[in-house]
Amino acid sequence: MDMKRAYYEDIELFKSGTILFWAIVLMVGLFTLPLFSTNYYLYLFNLIMVHVILAVGLNILVGSTGQISLGHAGFFAIGAYATVLLMTKLGIPFFPALILAAFIAAFFGFILGLPALRLEGPYLTIATLAFGLAIMHIIGHMEVFGGRSGLRAPDLNIGIAQLGWNLTLTTDLSKYYLILIITILMVLGAINILKTKVGRAFVAIRDSDIAAEVIGINLTIYKTLSFAVSAFYAGIAGGLFAFVLGFFDPITFNFFLSIYFLVMIVVGGLGSIMGSIAGAAFITYLMYALFKNISDIPYIGDFIVNISQRWLSITGIDNLSAIALGLVMVGIMIFEPMGFFGIWIRMKKYWKAWPF
Amino acid sequence: MPFEHLLVEGLAMGACYGLFGLAVVMIYKTSEVINFAAGEMAMFSTFIVFHMLTFYHWPFWAALLAAFIFAAVLGALVQYIFLRPAKNPTLLSLIVITLGVEMLLMGFASWKWGAEQQEFSLPISYMVTYEPVKGFVISQWAMAVFIIAAIIMAFLYVFFNKTNLGTAMRATQQNKHAAKIMGINTDRVFAFSWGFSSVIGLVAAVLLTTKTILDPQFMLEPFLKAFAAAVLGGMMSIPGVLIGGAIMGLLENFFGYAWPAWKPITAFVVIVLVLCVRPSGLFAKHWVKKV
Repeated sequence: MDMKRAYYEDIELFKSGTILFWAIVLMVGLFTLPLFSTNYYLYLFNLIMVHVILAVGLNILVGSTGQISLGHAGFFAIGAYATVLLMTKLGIPFFPALILAAFIAAFFGFILGLPALRLEGPYLTIATLAFGLAIMHIIGHMEVFGGRSGLRAPDLNIGIAQLGWNLTLTTDLSKYYLILIITILMVLGAINILKTKVGRAFVAIRDSDIAAEVIGINLTIYKTLSFAVSAFYAGIAGGLFAFVLGFFDPITFNFFLSIYFLVMIVVGGLGSIMGSIAGAAFITYLMYALFKNISDIPYIGDFIVNISQRWLSITGIDNLSAIALGLVMVGIMIFEPMGFFGIWIRMKKYWKAWPF
Repeated sequence: MPFEHLLVEGLAMGACYGLFGLAVVMIYKTSEVINFAAGEMAMFSTFIVFHMLTFYHWPFWAALLAAFIFAAVLGALVQYIFLRPAKNPTLLSLIVITLGVEMLLMGFASWKWGAEQQEFSLPISYMVTYEPVKGFVISQWAMAVFIIAAIIMAFLYVFFNKTNLGTAMRATQQNKHAAKIMGINTDRVFAFSWGFSSVIGLVAAVLLTTKTILDPQFMLEPFLKAFAAAVLGGMMSIPGVLIGGAIMGLLENFFGYAWPAWKPITAFVVIVLVLCVRPSGLFAKHWVKKV
């Protein structure tokens, strides 16, 4: 179907005019979106984009390198806390602080990657899980990090206060554009990483680490690098997340957040960038918006409220989102293990050869 | 607090973790699934006991019996509805399925019983203590835990070595296809091992509620610790998981006494350190993949 005749065709960003056209449409749509939406939806979009950054990074680790991580909330927390503390305690401007925080997260990723070299399956799962829990508890127990009561993010000043350039972003709208630009850069970065020598080494490790080692890929370097890159993305996402929320405490970064992250990429499609974007958007919408006002949902809203009153409890009705998430997780795995990306591929194949 | 007391309480807690770890190992042994839903399955069954006691005023043993039956059916149903239809699942997809079941059960439990903590305890207490030997205090709860753990261990030993079903389960674990050729209905073996594991989980959860509280999230941390105990024991061996559980319980109690703030994570840090040295746990031969 898509025959490639030259190396350049394999690495080019837009494979065809159609893709270029739709990419431009998407960009125009994203940049003009604030014209059509209310403030609450901008907040939601900010959250979605933060999760997109994280999901894209996690997909490099899980989808492309084939490792399992149930501790990404830990890296996310490191990014958030490091960014805010570097800005408030040391007075570093926003962009250097964000990048520094991401490198701190990447360093922790490297550290976690070292035991991961020898572990696989359930052993790797418990090691990453323990890492996430440990980070949450360490943050909760040290006063430097604000303890259990949490931290408040400072004003988002993207200028350099020391030189007198101040540009403080206060509204969700201005944050939207900042996060949008960073998200686009990070996604482009991820697409390009997967086309370099490094990305191909990751994929080779996923397919068979022994075969990869035989053809000369240094497993030590590339596995730890994969953890570090993924943690770098999580760090950037965490730093932005701090400012989207404005206030956060250690409980924000609990075990369930790591599960949500994993679900985002699994639902979207492992190893696919577009899939992780779709998955992040879908899961964030499901978790934060879909079941906010249950009685307002058309047709089934009243029905659900009635059931709750009759047999279940009305206070626990918010848990509907957890139930829906559980159903999505199980359903995707049973019916379409490739996620949204798999559905897309099947649709594309069907229509390419349509009349036949 | 005296040393003996910490030791006994730690061992009792460890026995609970080990017992619950058995529920994890049992499933991993037969079907190579890490059951992340084990904690929530046990939690849900414990809520059935609570519900029967509080709303229908059943006698305690009848409620417990009903919950046992419910737990067995729940385990088998989870395997039948959620895991059997998955085609050629990878490790990750199995993890995601069981995590999904966990979310489902936790969501339903919070919907039904609310997120607040409930009053529930066994007719045994850890306040009542005995002193069989001078200076050696043991609480009623710890005694019950030791006795129940010993009974279940003995039962499992006999079950796996002497009964047909136990032999079939071991055969399925060693080689699924060969077991099928020998006329073992492996699907039924899987369903049975899930039901069995769910019942063991319920026993552990009921014992744990006496020590902690009852709410929809109360089994989350014990599950993670039981999983860690199972990993420490090598995921495959039944004595290994009990020793792993004992190590977890003792570590937690002694470190928790020394540094209370760090109690929840000491055990996990130790696990990671142990895994760095022995990547397949303490009691398993290092598993080498065939090319």
